[in-house]
Amino acid sequence: MREIKLTLPVSEEQVRALNVGDMVLLSGVLYTGRDAVHKHLYEGKSIPVDIRGSAIYHCGPVVVKTESGEWSVRAAGPTTSTREEPYQATVIEKFGIRAVIGKGGMGAKTLKACKDFGCVYLHAVGGAAQVLAETVQKVRGVSMLEEFGSPEAIWELEVKDFPALVTIDAHGNSLHADVAASSEQKLNEVLGTKK
Amino acid sequence: MATNPKGPMKTPPAVPATHQTLFETLLELIRMTSTNLPPDVRKSVVDGLEKEKAGSAGEYAMKVIQRNIDIACGVSQPLCQDTGSILFFVKTPVGYDQISFAEVAEAAVAKATELGYLRQNSVDSITGQNSGNNLGPGTPTIYFEQHRSEDLDIRLALKGGGCENVGAQYSLPDSRLGAGRDLEGVRKVVLDAVYQAQGKGCGPGILGVVIGGDRSTGFSYSKKLFLRPLDDENPDGRLAELEKRIMQEANSLGIGPMGFGGNTTLLGVKIAALNRLPASFYVSVSYMCWAFRRQGVKAAANGALKEWIYK
Repeated sequence: MREIKLTLPVSEEQVRALNVGDMVLLSGVLYTGRDAVHKHLYEGKSIPVDIRGSAIYHCGPVVVKTESGEWSVRAAGPTTSTREEPYQATVIEKFGIRAVIGKGGMGAKTLKACKDFGCVYLHAVGGAAQVLAETVQKVRGVSMLEEFGSPEAIWELEVKDFPALVTIDAHGNSLHADVAASSEQKLNEVLGTKK
Repeated sequence: MATNPKGPMKTPPAVPATHQTLFETLLELIRMTSTNLPPDVRKSVVDGLEKEKAGSAGEYAMKVIQRNIDIACGVSQPLCQDTGSILFFVKTPVGYDQISFAEVAEAAVAKATELGYLRQNSVDSITGQNSGNNLGPGTPTIYFEQHRSEDLDIRLALKGGGCENVGAQYSLPDSRLGAGRDLEGVRKVVLDAVYQAQGKGCGPGILGVVIGGDRSTGFSYSKKLFLRPLDDENPDGRLAELEKRIMQEANSLGIGPMGFGGNTTLLGVKIAALNRLPASFYVSVSYMCWAFRRQGVKAAANGALKEWIYK
């Protein structure tokens, strides 16, 4: 596997140079956004932060306020991405994000949007909340906390060497589609069924 | 915990002085469950890592998983940010006051949420408002039963939403899969559930499978199966054999850790059977993620911790 270091925000060219199977280490500022945020953006509503060129992270972190009044991320693994499938393509197009980070992969609409607009899907290791929280250097801010609650808010996180695997690239390739196809073939062999 | 701007919707019950010991035991049980995986699960993760090819994406995922387990335990913070459905399985002495126990458990859950051992994870299904302290209709869930012992047996499982979403219930016969009302049919639908889940349930996963029952008893019992140690042997030889076969066949599908491809798709399969109605034949499959948070304590009736169950 290739290991590639990237600093957010990234250019379209940088994103198009990535391929399925590349391991990336992300630094810079990324934004959490899950169900409520995606629905909100899809409906054409605005948010108070500019996410263009950056990454949206499907994550509902555990965040606490320390005694000095600073936010501190205690756990920050990815949530299942398919729930955003109806919205993601529009969000990639309208808000110019270059990477979607999550887990479990995404479907055909997102795959096409990644190809058309220059974006990649980065798969973080689900459940690895501590490994990923350790990469968070600072919470730069939070938006929509009041409206959506803590897990659904937009947390602006400064990260260093956040590890993830490219599983959908900007060339129309998807590791998820490949594994689904090969495992289906294997399943049919095991069950003795033909398709 | 980030405070809920509108404040918690339900005030946690006050804990009387007589129940302070139980409160502390439950709080410690929640902390341990959320931050420290039991030894049987750790061992199966190590075994899974050894089966992955060097330099593969599957090996990469297993290494991150292993590192995560170690960090969470070291810093005493949630292993996974989705601290999940809070499922208590409690056996109490005959005549024990279960109403008070439930109140103390709610107070402990609210405190654990405040301390960041649990995420704010209880959402009003109509308004979308987060209750802020994990209390609300249906949360936490406590399954009580009585046993003929003077002690309390309190077990806790935290089950994240990602793996809950890939659970499946089949009604046999299933013509799509050619699955009839026999163990061969059960095998087919369970393997289909593994295939459908792909990596979305944060595999390598553990399956709790119940053959029979009705739609609710099947699913609730399938979760209770997660209390079995991963390395135990099913006392029913027919089911023990089915567990081994499904384990081997599921791992041959090549879905691998996180669905990245690889040899470790499942860490365990636990199967039980309940009687059914002549008209029904359900197979209920609960999928537990690798972040298999389950712990338990034996405690005196006053709540004093006697010993950890999974050690």
